[in-house]
Amino acid sequence: MIPAPFAYARPTTVEEALQAIADGGEDVKVLAGGQSLIPVMRLRLAAPGTVVDLGKVDGLRGVRDDGDAIVIGAMTTHSDVLADPLIAEHAPLIAEATGTVADRQVRHRGTFGGALVHADPAGDLPAVALALDAQFVIAGPSGRRTVPASEFFVDYLTTAVEEGELLVEVRVPKLTGQWGMRYEKFNRVAQAWSIVAVAAAVRREDGHIAEARIGLTNMGPTPLRARAVEEALAGAEATAEAVGAAAARAAEGTDPSSDLNAQADYRQHLVTVLTRRAVSTAAGL
Amino acid sequence: MTAVEERAEAAAPEVGKARRRKEDARLITGRTQWTDNLVLPGMLHLAVVRSPVAHARIASVDVTAAREAPNVVAVFTGADLAEEQGSLPCAWPVTPDMVNPGHPSVAVDRVNHVGEAVAVVVARSRVAAQDALELVDVDYEPLPVVLDMEAALADGAARVHDHIDSNRSFHFVFDAGEMGTGSATDQAFDDAEVVVSRRFVQQRLIPAFMEPRAVVVQPQGDNYTMWSSTQVPHILRLMLAMVTGTPEHKLRVIAPDVGGGFGGKLQVTPEEVLTFLVARRLGKPVKWAENRSESLMSAHHGRDQIQYIDIASDRQGNVKGLRCRILADMGAYLRLVTPGVPILGAFMFLGIYKFPAYRFECDGVFTNKTPTDAYRGAGRPEATFAVERIMDELAVELGMDPLELRRKNWINADEFPFTTAAGLEYDSGDYDAATREALQLIGYDELREEQRRRRESGDPVQLGIGFSTFTEMCGLAPSRVLGSLSYGAGGWEHAAIRMLPTGKVEVVTGASAHGQGHETAWSQLVADRLGVPFEDIEVLHGDTSVAPRGLDTYGSRSLVVGGVAVVNAAEKVVAKARRVAAHLLEASEEDLEFSGGSFGVRGTPGTGISIQEIALATFAAHNFPEGMEPSIDAEATFDPENFSFPHGTHICAMEVDTETGFVKIRKYACVDDVGTIVNPLIVEGQVHGGLAQGIAQALYEEAVYDEDGNLTTGTFVDYLVPSAADLPHFDTGNTVHAAPGNPIGAKGVGEAGCIASTPAVVNAALDAVRHLGVTDIRMPLTPERVWRPIHQGGDGGDRAPAGSNAYGGAQTETTTGVSTEASALGGDR
Repeated sequence: MIPAPFAYARPTTVEEALQAIADGGEDVKVLAGGQSLIPVMRLRLAAPGTVVDLGKVDGLRGVRDDGDAIVIGAMTTHSDVLADPLIAEHAPLIAEATGTVADRQVRHRGTFGGALVHADPAGDLPAVALALDAQFVIAGPSGRRTVPASEFFVDYLTTAVEEGELLVEVRVPKLTGQWGMRYEKFNRVAQAWSIVAVAAAVRREDGHIAEARIGLTNMGPTPLRARAVEEALAGAEATAEAVGAAAARAAEGTDPSSDLNAQADYRQHLVTVLTRRAVSTAAGL
Repeated sequence: MTAVEERAEAAAPEVGKARRRKEDARLITGRTQWTDNLVLPGMLHLAVVRSPVAHARIASVDVTAAREAPNVVAVFTGADLAEEQGSLPCAWPVTPDMVNPGHPSVAVDRVNHVGEAVAVVVARSRVAAQDALELVDVDYEPLPVVLDMEAALADGAARVHDHIDSNRSFHFVFDAGEMGTGSATDQAFDDAEVVVSRRFVQQRLIPAFMEPRAVVVQPQGDNYTMWSSTQVPHILRLMLAMVTGTPEHKLRVIAPDVGGGFGGKLQVTPEEVLTFLVARRLGKPVKWAENRSESLMSAHHGRDQIQYIDIASDRQGNVKGLRCRILADMGAYLRLVTPGVPILGAFMFLGIYKFPAYRFECDGVFTNKTPTDAYRGAGRPEATFAVERIMDELAVELGMDPLELRRKNWINADEFPFTTAAGLEYDSGDYDAATREALQLIGYDELREEQRRRRESGDPVQLGIGFSTFTEMCGLAPSRVLGSLSYGAGGWEHAAIRMLPTGKVEVVTGASAHGQGHETAWSQLVADRLGVPFEDIEVLHGDTSVAPRGLDTYGSRSLVVGGVAVVNAAEKVVAKARRVAAHLLEASEEDLEFSGGSFGVRGTPGTGISIQEIALATFAAHNFPEGMEPSIDAEATFDPENFSFPHGTHICAMEVDTETGFVKIRKYACVDDVGTIVNPLIVEGQVHGGLAQGIAQALYEEAVYDEDGNLTTGTFVDYLVPSAADLPHFDTGNTVHAAPGNPIGAKGVGEAGCIASTPAVVNAALDAVRHLGVTDIRMPLTPERVWRPIHQGGDGGDRAPAGSNAYGGAQTETTTGVSTEASALGGDR
């Protein structure tokens, strides 16, 4: 299908991009890898007046080491994320979840920042960013600001990025201690979105779980932290029983939708099973 | 010894060779002529305004703004075309009193399903046509929506068509007792020691061919050429003449390379007629090409039956009777063979079993949904599912092994030909041999042992094994039989062979390939019969001017009907060439032997003349037999006396995660008997593709409508077609019992995998969880549908009719090209 007509800008720097966004007025959309935007434009679900294509803004690509964090450029593609040694070393959860995104073709074009700022509740990376306490660096006409993941995802397809602003990079704090991670994705066919998924990062200490961070995919309009499970796991023995008891609380505070793939009560059941499995694997059980 | 003879001795027969398909390079790379990449000078583009509502009276259609849009040439509504559009044809009146409400190509005053054409926009570019769609303003006055078949038949139900009395199109009955093909069914049930009754749901599917449909029509004087992505150029030409009143000899239909159909392009579509009418009216070439959303919503769907099945047997498991009451969803209209699909299935519900009594009843029911029609298997998957599922249910009731029950009742190898209570004469086969081989392929004993271990240990992942010992009827075909079923056409097929002066061969076939590999298989057949190299043969098809006679490709008929016509034509060529050879060799025809493409005088080595040399001699015609016309070309038309009956045993081993309901095929093995195999690679490819589609029905695919009649599964986000990544390795094998009804010995393979696999998969899943109290699970076996019966009872029930929240919640209503409030989302999403 053919998108409705639109104006097109292709800046080469963040400054130019912000200018193009400002020039585009209210009805502007930013194009990153286009793996969500292009289809909805083709279906005419979205008909922006102006599309600002970030494809030539080279400064937004790549991953760098910044001391206590790694910094991932918003335009870094999924396939670059998968191949990146810093991510492999400091945030393997990101690589694992990215490996489950759609198919090879999509991963080659789709971007890390694009997936996050699109904030699809069924997308895989938001829950991971939430679990890893990522920081989102947003550029705007009046400079840059940093928003923690806990405040970044506002609602269905809605983030803290305001009109006229642009997500430029994501800072992922390096973790210290003995961390294990697991992204447990549940879908019906290989290239499909998550019905439910669980991102778990678990730090073990002396046979106990010292700390667990758990992000939930598609259990509400935004990604969620499974706080009740995290609290139950903090200091718990690293045993199947303890993990199972904690994971049983994974649905607390969730508000999943009912659709073709799953009704809400089934999603709330699934999340307990997937949380148990994710935490068990992350904890090395 | 001459060079010709040496080559002949070295050459192994082509039939049986796993040749790679000669057409694949251009098909796979896309470097070929499809309909949508055809560009004609001055060509206009047509786009269709489609109804976003399932049932409504059209109060008004305002096209003013669309007409004034840039580069728009014309806009036509139903009222504009009402006088000339006629009704789309239904060629299969299955009962004398079948009610056909008529099927306008573009709605005039009522819309009856979401996606129905309401107006067409014609513009100088596809983009301009697409943009102008949103400017057409249609005022719909909603009518009650009829979606549920059982409710649709109730007294006082709202009607889809208010000009007919009810939502019932027909009531078809086949009673073996009355027909004299079996004993009285009610008596059999009255006398039975055991009766098992079940209600099965065959969900609605979407054919989802790879290439969306496209049409181009070019007027030239009073002639018209139509290119269409169709399976049936010959049927389309005839029907187009009948619908539009343009004489048949003024019409040429071309199906260029076509990217799949699966029955979905066995149709005369509204869009074909509309494109034709607009081209005729404007006198300009016009193209229509659909997008995927249009395709999923408006191209015909398949299956959609509710099946009430009763089986009777004695305590020892000897089956006594089968009774089927079927509700078949026609959708909103009757298309080309819509009512015929369930009736084709009527004769296959007995499967491979010796039921003495049989009664089949079917109601065709109208609903406010896209019309149904042929989809890979067309009636036979539905029938096979019912019998293979009910056999398992009976086995459970009797406490018998499902395979033992099947063995006890199936037709034995020494009983062929066998006439069933449905009146069909099964031709040949050996069900036991295929089953034994399949059991070996899958490693049956080890799997049963593992199943026992998992059950005893209460493993969260349970294992089940499911069978489908199936047969089907192929080669749709015997014209007299089709006539007796009131089908509107015959089933013969035509072929011609043209011997070119250089000795190359053109094979013209009426079968219209759309991915099956005809060009390769037909070349193999002809290479053997004429003794010419495979590479010297070109197969021509899909153009009514090039291949003037034919009945096209569907129902696994191409090889077993069309291939036989090719072989018969080749035999006629050889017969003619023999006469020329005798003349040139100055010998009598009786003294000639033909082998390896060369005629020689028996007992006189070195005297040979090849058929390719004879082709040149025929072209020159300088020295030709007295009284013989200078041609060795030939044609043949083949009409078989009976269907052919491939069969096979399919076994699925399924893992069921009882905690999540996720099912995963662990192993899949099948042994099919498709008769003589012309090309093993093509046969295996057909089996693999068929398995993928049959498994997809069991596990993934379902066309779901919401309560307003919107197609929720309007994109591939929600209509799940599996990829290779989602399917297991297939262990395939063959037994070969040549079909006695044709000289090739082939039985047909195009639908086997699709027909056989679905019940094997469902039976396997049930076998894994029956001990947990599960008795049925509705298809497709989504994880939720498997999980619920295990933990809450029931059969999994209906799915929530909302689309996935992924992808911005893409749904039908907003993908019609019609601007609605819901689609006016602007840049926010």
